[in-house]
Amino acid sequence: MELKSSAKAVLYVLLIVLAAIWLFPVLWIVLSSFKTNNDLYSFPPRFWPQPFTFEHFTAAFEKGNFGRYFINSTIVTITSTILLLLINSMAGFALAKYKFIGANLLLVGFISTLMIPLEVIMIPIFKVLSFLGLFNTLLALIIPPAATPTGVFLLRQYLLTVPDELLEAARMDGASEWRIYSQIILPICKPILAVLAIFSFMWRWDDFLWPLIAISDPQLYTIQLALSNFIGEFNVDWGSLLAMSVITMIPVLVVFLIFQRQFVSGMVTSGMK
Amino acid sequence: MSAQASAAKLKKRRPEQGLIPYLFVLPNFLIFATFIIIPTIIGFVYSFHEYDGLNPMEFIGIDNYKEILTNNEFWTALGKTGLYALIVVPSIYCLALLVAMMLIQQLRAKGFFRAIFYWPTMISFIIVGLTWKWIFGDFGVFNYMMTLFGQESISFLSDPFYANVSVIIATIWSRLGFYMVIFMAGLQAIPRDYYEAAYLDGASKPRVFWSITLPLLKPTTVLVLMLTLIEAFKAYPLLFALTGGGPGKETTYIVQYIYETGFVKQELGMASAMSVVLFVLISLFTALQFKLSKGGAD
Repeated sequence: MELKSSAKAVLYVLLIVLAAIWLFPVLWIVLSSFKTNNDLYSFPPRFWPQPFTFEHFTAAFEKGNFGRYFINSTIVTITSTILLLLINSMAGFALAKYKFIGANLLLVGFISTLMIPLEVIMIPIFKVLSFLGLFNTLLALIIPPAATPTGVFLLRQYLLTVPDELLEAARMDGASEWRIYSQIILPICKPILAVLAIFSFMWRWDDFLWPLIAISDPQLYTIQLALSNFIGEFNVDWGSLLAMSVITMIPVLVVFLIFQRQFVSGMVTSGMK
Repeated sequence: MSAQASAAKLKKRRPEQGLIPYLFVLPNFLIFATFIIIPTIIGFVYSFHEYDGLNPMEFIGIDNYKEILTNNEFWTALGKTGLYALIVVPSIYCLALLVAMMLIQQLRAKGFFRAIFYWPTMISFIIVGLTWKWIFGDFGVFNYMMTLFGQESISFLSDPFYANVSVIIATIWSRLGFYMVIFMAGLQAIPRDYYEAAYLDGASKPRVFWSITLPLLKPTTVLVLMLTLIEAFKAYPLLFALTGGGPGKETTYIVQYIYETGFVKQELGMASAMSVVLFVLISLFTALQFKLSKGGAD
């Protein structure tokens, strides 16, 4: 149904107002991060930074150890995502393309763990990490979150549509099962792996709960853990905090802008966050 | 990986697939078992013990659970979480549906609007909390805007009522885009014929909304309501950054309360029992969703 032009005008006004409200908070912290300390606390607040300064950005790296946190977050995000793609696709492949005893049980088991939120098992996880010697290591942020049920399930569903004949033909040619996985299955899975990679990137980059449970050594802080600590301090240094937040938002924004389409379609098909 | 080595030997003896599928599942399964299944079992066991993490555990049966029943702080935290959910869930539902309905119309710059609403969902809860703390703070721009409209300035984050309001606003801001996308998919799945038939019969727009859109959107509605409900009961990181649970304990919701019982007070057994209660609650929501969405499917 086409809308009447008067209705459309109302719609635009409403949308623009809402969009402005939604845009404002991000815009405001970006602008604030370029303000001098005097300007930051001036009342009434000025919209535009006067003068523009990069001092908070340089201070974050020089005094705030932000470089260290940035590197930690980057290491965790990249390695955990690679591990996730590897082990999820292996499991998804096995569950889709082999008949074996316990396959259904495994699948149901994987999926039903979606019902157990991390929030509910924080305490025993802390104990398990300590027992394995993983407490205060980046490995604790890389390995456990990589085995996502969502990823296994998505890949299994995707691979169910691949004809078995393709694999049979490869077997006839003497390809090993690992070769079939790495040379045939992985390339086929590229689109869905891309979606998963984007989500894993966002999950790990934004993650707070795993670092909170697993890390206490400031040298191993991820960005989110560092920010959460700084904001709890008595005298919050807003200038560098805002600068760090702005830098932290950039990688996810870039990924989002490049893969916007996969993002939205991936989210709709899987219902995942 | 001795299991892998012995499995490789087996494979040589037997030409058929044998253990191969298990080997493919193994890495994922091991991580799962270690970091989800085992902790779940341990947590359950802890809940029947008195345990401070250092001294040996002492079995006390269901004493922890009995104590929870009379623990006012626990019920206060749970009640606050419930109240928060009661406001956040319908607000997100209505706003996300409204925005989704606007964005499926033939409009200019649709992608641009969609990106603006979606973007906050990608920002970490810590930064969302921090952003709103900057806006609502005593020197914050929000207070200034209030004074422009002739209002008294409010100490948002040190007033119990307004601290909760801030949390609710920040939550809606950060989660709207996610549910907007789900609603857009649900709305676009409704066949156009229904609308055309209704308009031919002279139905008004509100009437079409109530009689066609809403009923056909029921599966999406159930999904969104349950996801937002579960999310509300798991809320913590945003609060950590925005209010830290304060002022006092005014915005200490259930997950933070459990965290503090376990990691600050070192009452691991008690915190585990509370976790079991929270888990049962969340499972009930999930079961309810399952039941309702089956009803919504036909």
